Parts: sequence; C-alpha cells; structure tokens
Amino acid sequence: MRYEIRWHGRGGQGAVTAAMILANAAIYEGKYAQAFPEFGAERRGAPVRAYTKVSDKPIHSRSPILNPDIVVVLDPSLPKELYLEGLKENGLLLVNTKKTPKELKKSLGIDGNYTIYTVDATKIALDILGLPIVNTAMVGALVRVLPIVSIDSVAKAILETFSGRVGEKNVEAVKAAYEAVVGSDL
Amino acid sequence: MAVTIQRAKVGWKRLPLSSNYAVAYAVKDLDVDVIAAYPITPQTTVVEKISEFIANGELNAEMIHVESEHSALSATIAASAAGARAFTATASQGLELMHEILHIASGLRLPVVMSVATRALSAPISIWNDYSDLMNARDTSWITIIASTAQEVYDSVVQAFKIAEDPEVMLPVIVAYDGYIMSHTYEPVLVPENNEPILKYAPKNYNRIKLDPERPVTMGTLASPEWYYEFKYQQVAAMEKALDKAREADKLFAEYFGRGYGLVEEYMTSDADIVLVAYGGLFGTIKEAIDMMRQNGVRVGGLRIRLWRPFPAEEVKNALKNAKLVVVIDKAISYGARIAGPVALEVMSAFYHDAERPSILSIIAGIGQRRITEETIKEIVDYSRKLLERGRIPNESLYWGVRGVRYE
Repeated sequence: MRYEIRWHGRGGQGAVTAAMILANAAIYEGKYAQAFPEFGAERRGAPVRAYTKVSDKPIHSRSPILNPDIVVVLDPSLPKELYLEGLKENGLLLVNTKKTPKELKKSLGIDGNYTIYTVDATKIALDILGLPIVNTAMVGALVRVLPIVSIDSVAKAILETFSGRVGEKNVEAVKAAYEAVVGSDL
Repeated sequence: MAVTIQRAKVGWKRLPLSSNYAVAYAVKDLDVDVIAAYPITPQTTVVEKISEFIANGELNAEMIHVESEHSALSATIAASAAGARAFTATASQGLELMHEILHIASGLRLPVVMSVATRALSAPISIWNDYSDLMNARDTSWITIIASTAQEVYDSVVQAFKIAEDPEVMLPVIVAYDGYIMSHTYEPVLVPENNEPILKYAPKNYNRIKLDPERPVTMGTLASPEWYYEFKYQQVAAMEKALDKAREADKLFAEYFGRGYGLVEEYMTSDADIVLVAYGGLFGTIKEAIDMMRQNGVRVGGLRIRLWRPFPAEEVKNALKNAKLVVVIDKAISYGARIAGPVALEVMSAFYHDAERPSILSIIAGIGQRRITEETIKEIVDYSRKLLERGRIPNESLYWGVRGVRYE
C-alpha cells in the first residue's frame, strides 16, 4: 500500500521540512519513502506545496502527487481550491485552524466527500516553540489521523534534524498536536 | 589480470538522503583529499554537507572556496595534478563556465570526479531541471554516468573514482542526476558504517604521474601539429578502454557490495514491441507507467542509459534488438538538428549499419522541468502505437507538450 500526502503552506512555515520529517520517520522504520518540494523559487509567504510518499515497497515514480490520499494545510488562509485540487474521493483533509471540522466545512463550503480533521497548530507552536512555525505539530496531527509511522519514529526524525533544545521542543509540539487533533472518528 | 575477490563484510546504515547528500557521503567515504567548489542551485547542498563533514572531523580534506566555477575546476585540476584525490560539484551555468577547463582536465588525463545536479540553461533563467547542461559537455572527453536513484548516485561516485584512477583510463568522470527532482528528494540510501570496504574497492592511486619537485614533469605544454593529434587519439583510446573498465568496475562493485547496475538498465524489454529509452530520474516514472500499461496488455518496455560517455552501443543494441519501435525521450535539445535529442541521435547511429533495425522515434520532453507523469508516458506510448500502425515514423524530433504544437 502506498500513501500519498500533499502538504500546503506558505514559505517559512516549514511544509518542505514537514514532508521530509514524515519520510525520514518512515525510512527509519525500514519503509520506503520519498519527500520532495514543489520546486519553486522559495519566498516567504508564497504558497508552497510539498509531497511525501510512503510505502512498504520501493517507490520508483518521481511524479508530483496529483491525487493525494490526504492533504495537510498548514495555513488556513490558503484558498481551498489550491489544496482540494485532485484530493481523492473519500480522502482526508487535515487543517491547522481554531475551527472544528464541522465549522470549517460550513465556513468554506466544502462539499466534497472528505473526512475533515482540524487542530489549532498555531496555538500549539506559539505555546511550545514561541514561534508560529506549525510544521512539526502538523506532522504530529497527521500520524494520529493516518497512522503510517509511529510517533516515536517522528520524534527520532525530528531529533536527527534539529539538535538540542529545538529538537526537544518540536517533539513536544508533535505530541501536543497528536492529542489535540479532532475529527468525527477520533 | 586475475582479480581475487574477497567479499567485504559491510555493515550498512539506512539513511534518508537526498541525491546531493548521497554525493557528499560518497566523497567522505572515498576519503577525498581536496574539494573546490562554488555554490549554484541545485548543487549547493552537496558542498554544504561536505563542509560539515570537514568541520566536524569526519573527513580530513582541504575545502577550497573559490570565486567562480572556472576557478573551482581549475583548483580541482591543480590538486589532482599534484596527486590528490580531488572532487568538485556544479550545475547549469556553473558547468558552462567550466567548459574550457573540462577539456583541460581530460587533456591532462587527470582523474577528477565531479557531480552535476542537472539543470536548464539561461536565458530565460530557469533554476529547474533538464539535461541541457550535461549534454553540452558531451564532447569534452569526460566519462559520464547518469544515475536514477540516490542510492545509485552514492554507488556511482564510488565507481567513478575507481574508473577515473585506473592506470589504463586516467580520465575525469561526471556523475549526473536530475537537479531538484533527485537532488532535493529524500529517499532511503544504504551507506557503510565505516569506509574501509569503500577504500578497499577504490584505493587511492597515488602511484601516477604527478607534479613532484623531486621528479619534475611538465603538464599541458604546447603540442605542435606533429604531435597534438596523437595526444587526442590517446583520449579516444582511453575512452574505449573506459567502456570495459566501467563494466568491470560495476561488476566488481556488485561482488563487493551486492548492488550492480550495468551500463544500461533494462525493464521488461524481452517481449516489448515498444521500448522507451530515457535517462536519470525519469526512468523511475517510466517503470511505473510500464507496470500500468502492462496490466492493460500493452507490450512496452524501458531502457535506461546509465553510462552516457563512453556510449555502450553493444548493450543498447542488444536490449533493443527485438523492439518494433524505440522511443527515445530526451530532456535536452540540439538546436537546428532534425533529430534534436542527443541520446536519440546516439541510438540511431548505433543501428545505422545494421540491415535489421527497429524504427526509432525521438521525443523531446521535460524541458525546464515541464512536468512528466505516468500519464504523459502513457500518452507518448499511445501516440507511438498510432504511428506504428500507420507505418510512418517521423524523421524529426517531436516536441511533446509544448504549447502551440500538436501531433495528430
């Protein structure tokens, strides 16, 4: 089984790093994974997308993900057309917002057949990291919603990427978001 | 010469690495002595990682910071001439700026190794991938390997030093791979827990002609019309030799480490009517597209050109001999040529003298990283089947997916 995850954020929020941390966690578990950004001339604030593929079997294709199993939105101010594009029927949508899934569905007028999850990752990041960088929190929420890797492997991947206190704080953010994420089946 | 192989016991670590980082790990494990480089997207993280290895004591090497790629390769050449194991990395405009020095590295017969994260050329500016930069270096007498996974990038850099430093070769080697599409993609790579087996496979060749005050030699002196030609013919002969040596190096690598690639990679070619020929990371996408088309009964296969220079014509012909139609997908343009794909031209020329040969179609795609998905590959194959039914294969390249051009 191959899972295809598409990350949407804005330059500076760490979507590319989130994609990489998830892939690295999968690789540490002995799985196959690929992580890559939608390559642009990166600038702070501009919409950014990144991709993670995770599988039990080798992954050969280097195509970008056009029909993701799950879309992860780091910035709720992005237009929904941007991130809903190509999301599979019955796909999952995970958004960083204060709203509940029901409120989000209503306020954005999302009519597709998706399962929606929300988490206030900005609050978690501000409380724990002191910065509105939500990427690691969103990885924590993701592995709750789609348990393709363990939270311990995510922690390992984070500690390999960020050393010392920064790493520890980010692991804390992962755990907080893992607990805080809400959805109809959680 | 008989070679006795003692399969090294190698402990491996499985790490998430980009192809750029895979290069850096290989450079570290090969105990390279001198690195000179100038930053250019999408190569930069290669030398950033190497700098990190040097800074934290994992690699004992001299890193020379220079003011341009012209100087980067010049410094690398100088180090190699003095006997060091020397490395550099570049892409795109950087490779162009090196161009005259490319000829000097090969003319001086120095076993320099360089990685190239391939990228389109200006103007207009594109930081994205294609193979225009690499294909412009075609005639510089550099042995050129094009890898398709980060693992193969690591393994190929190791093989590159083995081939370059072979006393019967003594030519520089480029290891190329897709800029961005591979250079910035994280994927699993096995790297050895210690580098002893790597150095056992590719020991440093310090026993070569070098600049040594105790035994002075002149390098790169004037060659008059009476002798210049012979120097150049020696490069021709060395390239021919390099073909055997590349084959041997890969075979020996497989015996040491259990991974081998061949000079070409075949995928479901034996019964294929149509065989797609490509290079670099695109071949992974092609393999998955082939899997999908095979499920629908389409007899299609793939061939990847791994060694680009010297060109492994025998392996290529052998893989394509049963095909009705060969479709070569090039990610570079030779402007003004009817067949504008550099690899397509090479495949055609390999078959020219044969009475029995497949039809060959040249496709240009992925220029400036125009997206190629499995769907694109399927469309190309569908169109190729139509051409095959019509029995008319165009004698000019098709520019796939460009605005304003349609093929009926």
